[in-house]
Amino acid sequence: MESWFSLPGLGSVALGTALLGFLSGVLGSFAVLRKQSLLGDAISHACLPGIILAFLIFATKNPLGLMGGAMVAGAIAILAILGISRFSRVKEDASMAIVLSVFFGAGLMLLTWAQQRADSAQAGLTRFLFGQAATLMYRDAAILAFLTVVCLSLTLLFWKQLQLISFDPGFAASLGMKVKGWEVFLSLLQVVVIVAGLEAVGVVLMSALLVAPAVAARQWTNRLGQMVFLAGIFGALSGSAGALLGNLPGLRLPTGPVIVLIVTAVVLLSLVFSPLHGLLFLWSRQRRGLQTRMVLENLASMARGHGSIEHGHNLAMLQACSSNPALVKNSLKELIRLGLAREVAPGLFSPTGDGILLLESPENWQGEATP
Amino acid sequence: MPETPAHNAVDVSDLTVSYREKPVLWDIDLEIPQGILVGIVGPNGAGKTTLIQTILGLITPLAGSARLLGQSPKKALKQVAYVPQRGTVDWDFPATALDVALMGTYGRLGWFRRPGAKERNEANEALERVGMTSFAHRQIRQLSGGQQQRVFLARALAQKAKLYLMDEPFQGIDATTEAALVELLRDLRNRGATALVVHHDLQSVKEYFDWVVLLNIRKIAAGPVEEVYTEANLKAAFGARVPLGK
Repeated sequence: MESWFSLPGLGSVALGTALLGFLSGVLGSFAVLRKQSLLGDAISHACLPGIILAFLIFATKNPLGLMGGAMVAGAIAILAILGISRFSRVKEDASMAIVLSVFFGAGLMLLTWAQQRADSAQAGLTRFLFGQAATLMYRDAAILAFLTVVCLSLTLLFWKQLQLISFDPGFAASLGMKVKGWEVFLSLLQVVVIVAGLEAVGVVLMSALLVAPAVAARQWTNRLGQMVFLAGIFGALSGSAGALLGNLPGLRLPTGPVIVLIVTAVVLLSLVFSPLHGLLFLWSRQRRGLQTRMVLENLASMARGHGSIEHGHNLAMLQACSSNPALVKNSLKELIRLGLAREVAPGLFSPTGDGILLLESPENWQGEATP
Repeated sequence: MPETPAHNAVDVSDLTVSYREKPVLWDIDLEIPQGILVGIVGPNGAGKTTLIQTILGLITPLAGSARLLGQSPKKALKQVAYVPQRGTVDWDFPATALDVALMGTYGRLGWFRRPGAKERNEANEALERVGMTSFAHRQIRQLSGGQQQRVFLARALAQKAKLYLMDEPFQGIDATTEAALVELLRDLRNRGATALVVHHDLQSVKEYFDWVVLLNIRKIAAGPVEEVYTEANLKAAFGARVPLGK
């Protein structure tokens, strides 16, 4: 292992960003399911003034000191968001927008001011804007590993509670759960992840690593456990791929934007190709359903021509009626499987009573022919 | 008949709830005995949902208090099952019908224990009682409105409660589900349970319920259907336009 980590920092960079991505994906899943994707964005932007103030006050660039500042600012931001939407008529989305812009504006102002000071101690503060994973040391990766273990254990330990407040908070409260308390707990876990990711990914784009893996994972599964796990994997892969690509020799791009592009690609691929909810699949399923229905219509109208729905016709006749003859055979198989058509004599097909009934009440169609 | 229980199912006294300055429930007294089916009826904005949620302790009243099964709401919660309106949750949530039914067992599990084989059996039994066994592994989005409502009921059944509080379970469901639901409610009552059901269809109140609570911010009337479900009380609750086609 020693030799891997003694490579010019790449080992710790890949490991650190993978852990960060995994944790982001896991906790981001709950944020997405609770429709609070924007909260992470507001919190991460709000961390900037905390970082700069910590630097100005304590005159240190010790990561733990700066993270402490970010944590405090993030916590104040959450309280401000909750407070504004609770004690005024301003809705939560508006209060998030207000807090995000005010805190981020103050942060940018402080950053500019710090940069104008004569000494050069401030060099490198700008990496908190867009992230620079190349600065991740082995020690940082160890801290991230520790945080991953802690946050993951808490998530697994309180799985029931997190599931309930995400799906049905009213029911959760009726079981005697303190829903507000659990919401704060979940938000705090998110703050920890966000703050942990600020240096590597940056305040501007950190929320993408929280939200996008969860959105992608949701496309592939209908189970919460699988979704959370898959989001973790997507996050880990995107995080480490982004960090390594951005630091290819001679490139040295800020990590945040590279990760965002990669994770967005994962989302797009999932939206198009997932067999559960993917656009491609839905589209072909719709087309198949329509095609199957047309074959049944043809069978029925030809049989009626002979005065009996029992009257069968062969495949060639059906293909002659169809604009897409190649698909007719499969549609016919599907109809027989669903009990909507049958083979009355070898090679001759007719609709069944159920098939005729279905044609007469089109509202029943969709669920039946598109299993 | 089960022996008469010592306590009322619900005791509400002097209950007043307001959102900001607007009163939603005003000075309500209510005594509901155990072992009956109770319809809660009133116009939109009458405070029906608020009444149920306040009884459960989900809303803090401005004044007054509620007792369930002779205990404070907090102590009674383990014997109470709440069925929220179907529209209050996102059915796109990654869960199967069985996952949702399983949530009904969470109250018995405490903070840390995970549902095991015993709980899965209980959830499956609950799904069977509402006729949803063959849909146990369906994603909840792929169920019809009536089937979703059955899943919610299965979750409540898995709680094995004595008191059921249901918010509009008949809203937007098919006739088959409605009949099955009524059958289920009667079965619960015959086992000694009590159900408070927020209900919209004034025609079926007499057929479905033993008691009725007529509500319009104030309590208009509460008692056995044949005594209090009168034209005069309905007019008092709904104003002149009683939507009761006679």
